[in-house]
Amino acid sequence: MWSFFHKLGSPPWLYRISGSILRWLLPLTLLGLALGMTWGLFFTAPDFRQGNSYRIIYIHVPAAVVALAGYYVMATAGAVSLIWKMKMADVALRAAAPVGAALTFVALLTGAIWGKPTWGTWWVWDARITSMLILLFLYLGVIALYEAYDNKEAAGKACAVLSLVGTVNIPIIYKSVDWWYSLHQPASIKFTGPSSIDPSMLYPLLLLIISFYALFTCCLLMNMRVGILQREARTKWVRKLVGL
Amino acid sequence: MYFDSFQAAMAMDGHGVFVWSAYGISVLVLALLLLRPWRQERRVLRELATQWKRSNQPPRGTNHSQANSGLSREGSDAPGS
Repeated sequence: MWSFFHKLGSPPWLYRISGSILRWLLPLTLLGLALGMTWGLFFTAPDFRQGNSYRIIYIHVPAAVVALAGYYVMATAGAVSLIWKMKMADVALRAAAPVGAALTFVALLTGAIWGKPTWGTWWVWDARITSMLILLFLYLGVIALYEAYDNKEAAGKACAVLSLVGTVNIPIIYKSVDWWYSLHQPASIKFTGPSSIDPSMLYPLLLLIISFYALFTCCLLMNMRVGILQREARTKWVRKLVGL
Repeated sequence: MYFDSFQAAMAMDGHGVFVWSAYGISVLVLALLLLRPWRQERRVLRELATQWKRSNQPPRGTNHSQANSGLSREGSDAPGS
């Protein structure tokens, strides 16, 4: 157990293991995304009330779910790098931010496009949408904050603190559709009790949620590999890797 | 297959513009998300290779003999270049 954590802190090990994970996870992810999107676009029946516009759900929900989960990853990495001063946690924090930002952007954008034919408007300042916008700004804030510092160690610390403070937003996003009256519908998939979504629509959605999780993992690992190389640029193992 | 024809799948009963633009932009963003680190990694590796060829300094945190014993190719390449 502890030796595993010890290895996690080792850049060469992390670089090597991420390479071998990506070799099979990346093709699987692309396959899952392609299958899920084709399934959702062409092989499901339209929603009885929303018609075909509901097909946006197959991107919107997975992107939103993983954008939120990505924030946990980032904040956890921030906590680990603050408490144990683990260098690789700092690398992970920086690797997660752009992926989370992109997924939040996709969730907001597909939501806006979906809102137009369904609600009659691109945008409303309701609780769910506003708190998701704050999530986007938190991700972008972490990226900008890191760039703002010349001292990268101080930058990492500041980003970790910001990401931890930002976690207050996460339960607000989850609960926003229950706490406030909203145009946004509450969750259709429940782990406790039956889901209010038909199985024929649920299966492609689940496939895409899993694929988006896998996509996040792939992007996180790929970004971390870049971060590791930049951080370890002057070490012996990277020199060996380059073949010098 | 739910749709009867390609045209029907494109139109989606008037929702085609929304559905296809949402999917199109999302796929583009996801593709960029994957391509960016892939290209960055290759660029960093390339830059490091050229950097080290120019300045032939020993790596940090290791002594000379250790560095050379680990890199058999370096010894044979160095005198010639």
